[in-house]
Amino acid sequence: MKIHNHFIMTMGAALMLVSCGQQNQSSNGALSSSAAEKVYVAPGEQDEFYAFLSGGYSGNLTVYGLPSGRMFKEIPVFSQFPTSGYGYSEETVPMLNTSHGFVPWDDLHHPDISQTNGELDGRWIFVNGNNTPRIARVDLSTFETAEIIEVPNSAGNHSSSFITENTEYVVAGTRFAVPVPQRDMSISEYKGNFKGALTFISVDPEHGHMAIKFQLLMPGFNYDLSHPGRGKSHGWFFFTTYNTEEANTLLEVNASQNDKDFIAAINWKKIEEYVNNGGGTKMPANYAHNVYDEHSHTGTSTMRKEVLTVDPTKVPGAVYFLPTPKSPHGCDVDPSGEYIIGNGKLSADLTVHSFDKMIAAIEGEKFDGEAYGIPILKFEDVLAGQVKSGGLGPLHTEFDGKGNAYTTFFISSEVVKWKLGTWEVIDRKPTYYSVGHLMIPGGNSRKPFGQYVVAMNKITKDRYLPTGPEMEHSAQIYDISGDKMELIYDFPTHGEPHYAAGCPAELLAPKSQKIYRLDENQHPYAVTTADGSKVVRDGKEVHVYMSTIRSHFTPDNIEGIKVGDKVYFHITNHEQDFDVPHGFSILGQNSSELLVMPGQTKTSVWEPKQVGVWPFYCTDFCSALHQEMQGYVRVSPANSNTELKWSLGE
Amino acid sequence: MKKASILMIFGPLFLLGLYIFPLWNIMLGAPQYPDPLGLNIHINGLKGVSEFDIQNIDGLNHYIGMHTLPKAEDMWEFSTFPMVIGIMVALGVLIGFLGYFNKVSYKWFLGWFVLMSIMGILGMYDFNEWLVDYGTNLDPNAIMKLTNPDGTAMTYKPPLLGHVKMLNFDVTSIPASGGWLMFVGMMLTLAAGFLGWKNTKKQ
Repeated sequence: MKIHNHFIMTMGAALMLVSCGQQNQSSNGALSSSAAEKVYVAPGEQDEFYAFLSGGYSGNLTVYGLPSGRMFKEIPVFSQFPTSGYGYSEETVPMLNTSHGFVPWDDLHHPDISQTNGELDGRWIFVNGNNTPRIARVDLSTFETAEIIEVPNSAGNHSSSFITENTEYVVAGTRFAVPVPQRDMSISEYKGNFKGALTFISVDPEHGHMAIKFQLLMPGFNYDLSHPGRGKSHGWFFFTTYNTEEANTLLEVNASQNDKDFIAAINWKKIEEYVNNGGGTKMPANYAHNVYDEHSHTGTSTMRKEVLTVDPTKVPGAVYFLPTPKSPHGCDVDPSGEYIIGNGKLSADLTVHSFDKMIAAIEGEKFDGEAYGIPILKFEDVLAGQVKSGGLGPLHTEFDGKGNAYTTFFISSEVVKWKLGTWEVIDRKPTYYSVGHLMIPGGNSRKPFGQYVVAMNKITKDRYLPTGPEMEHSAQIYDISGDKMELIYDFPTHGEPHYAAGCPAELLAPKSQKIYRLDENQHPYAVTTADGSKVVRDGKEVHVYMSTIRSHFTPDNIEGIKVGDKVYFHITNHEQDFDVPHGFSILGQNSSELLVMPGQTKTSVWEPKQVGVWPFYCTDFCSALHQEMQGYVRVSPANSNTELKWSLGE
Repeated sequence: MKKASILMIFGPLFLLGLYIFPLWNIMLGAPQYPDPLGLNIHINGLKGVSEFDIQNIDGLNHYIGMHTLPKAEDMWEFSTFPMVIGIMVALGVLIGFLGYFNKVSYKWFLGWFVLMSIMGILGMYDFNEWLVDYGTNLDPNAIMKLTNPDGTAMTYKPPLLGHVKMLNFDVTSIPASGGWLMFVGMMLTLAAGFLGWKNTKKQ
């Protein structure tokens, strides 16, 4: 086996050299005037597509334009974000609550835009937190995190957060098999004892609210990636697995022994029916469900105490294994729903399964044994074809809606275009370097927009001006409107993008919210009228109801605060004008500033530790008088009798 | 005379549009306002073109010491104008009917037109007076007190008609849909007078 690994490494190195050799050629191509014209979005003009790139270990989601590669926004999801106060403000701290307490970070991997009838509808985008398993829903009218649900019995929430074609479910699969429920046991007893939970989270069609419908407790393999069936295969979900060896140590060797692992085909409609008829076992659990209300501008965290689990062997005809060679990574389904592509990451070839053949094999009961009571279909019976790519290390495949597929090859560092049905390779272009995911807007839906593909790389090296040992990751944009792919742009991304999702600009731009309405602000500490500001003491807690408008705070002088007080600054932005946020910061704040959008209320807690007169100011350059937007808080000794008072302009 | 009278009946009805549509419109565009702020002047009050425009115009104007835009109850015009328009419409329609039954001559048609024109001019004069006051009666403690190149204090009277560059803003003032409906209506009554006059000559 070691010899085999050495071989791959050598091959990888050799192909990298080849890639480097090709680099100059294609760089010249990218500099040609036509490539420049294709990505040039003139000042004042806007991009054709939105692209949402996962931030990986940044924990957040970034928004870009295509084809320009310009970054528009970083949406805080799983990580504290001092820029806006997300995860620091009293309203957003509950969003990061979990059964393990406050977890201010995660590893965000796979964005997926909501769909109706298999087409992008642009209501929400779902993302997964990999490390402390969570799924988040981001609202695509505010571009803010609206909801986060923790996934119990899961560990390394990686084959997530993919949605079914009417957004009935967002699906979260575990990467690590773990004891379910968690318990103290020897790690070496993994095999046969650990479980792999695949979680189906229902999405309320009107509000998007998530709730765990059921958890399928699968054998203790590692569930790597997944995608939904669509069209005729709607109702099924497909997961790639690795470590079907169930090794618990040195996985790079021990999990690479089986020639074939599986793609698990899950008939979720059948399981849904089963649980709707009272099937499944309720299991005690403890997981957080955090919901942000756009009107009260406040998140609340609720601990859920139970989850419905399903034993796959109890639902006949619901789960099958499709043997798939070489530790498949990406699991991708073409726009018609017929082809299920297993990207065998330790091989040169892609395995394509046929949905029709799978159904025929199931109906013919042509099984090749079973694993833990789950029937294994015969490889030859379900195989539609193999793509002899000539590359190494296929990871992920997307589709252009014109009968072509595009697969990334990590080891040989390239994107390969091939034809569905004939499996012939049409074109290949190098990436810089070692590409992971790729994204075509709508590329995992029934209706892809086959204009551009974005390749997101793991290695940057010499692509940009060097910035020391640590660099942002690189991405390339290819024009795929013609027969041959054309590299047209190269840009650095933020964090480590894994998957991404894109959609036409006109799906989101017209409904992007400009302000929050002050007359709909239901925050309990909001100041909604010009003269509503006040300061209220309740024991050692002091609540400052403060408003902002260009260019002053009301009030801007506060006295009567004492050392040892816990001062809540509730800041309401009275602006109702697009793009006029106000910031709030105060000397000695142990959290972060607040950035308050028009009509919004946010709260920062300040616990003054020293006597004095301490300043606060607006951190956002809001107006010509921004610099004057400032005030003072007088802090007296703990035992003093300084009268509580507040004022503006006196 | 029948044709002329029918025109005279319908012409004044066009003025009813003023109860729904704005008489005048002032738009304020600036680099940082690619979607310009806008003010619609209705006979019964001021309204923002977009929901929060009035609040945002007031917010900007406070820097240069301008007063906030008047609410409907702050100016007598906003209660008087709707009454005047109502009376004039009723009067015009009545004259039209009387003409139809040959009770009055075309001269009454022209008389209505002249009366309405005088009132319109008075209205414009009054509106201009307000614009002057709004643009020049500034808070002495204004945040920004700007001066013209000749050293005089800068004032901010929006144009009655046309375009003016005011600091960073392009201000454009033109009649709005209600104003145009009034114009069409008045032209119809003028045509009614002209037709009536031609008829009389023929006979």
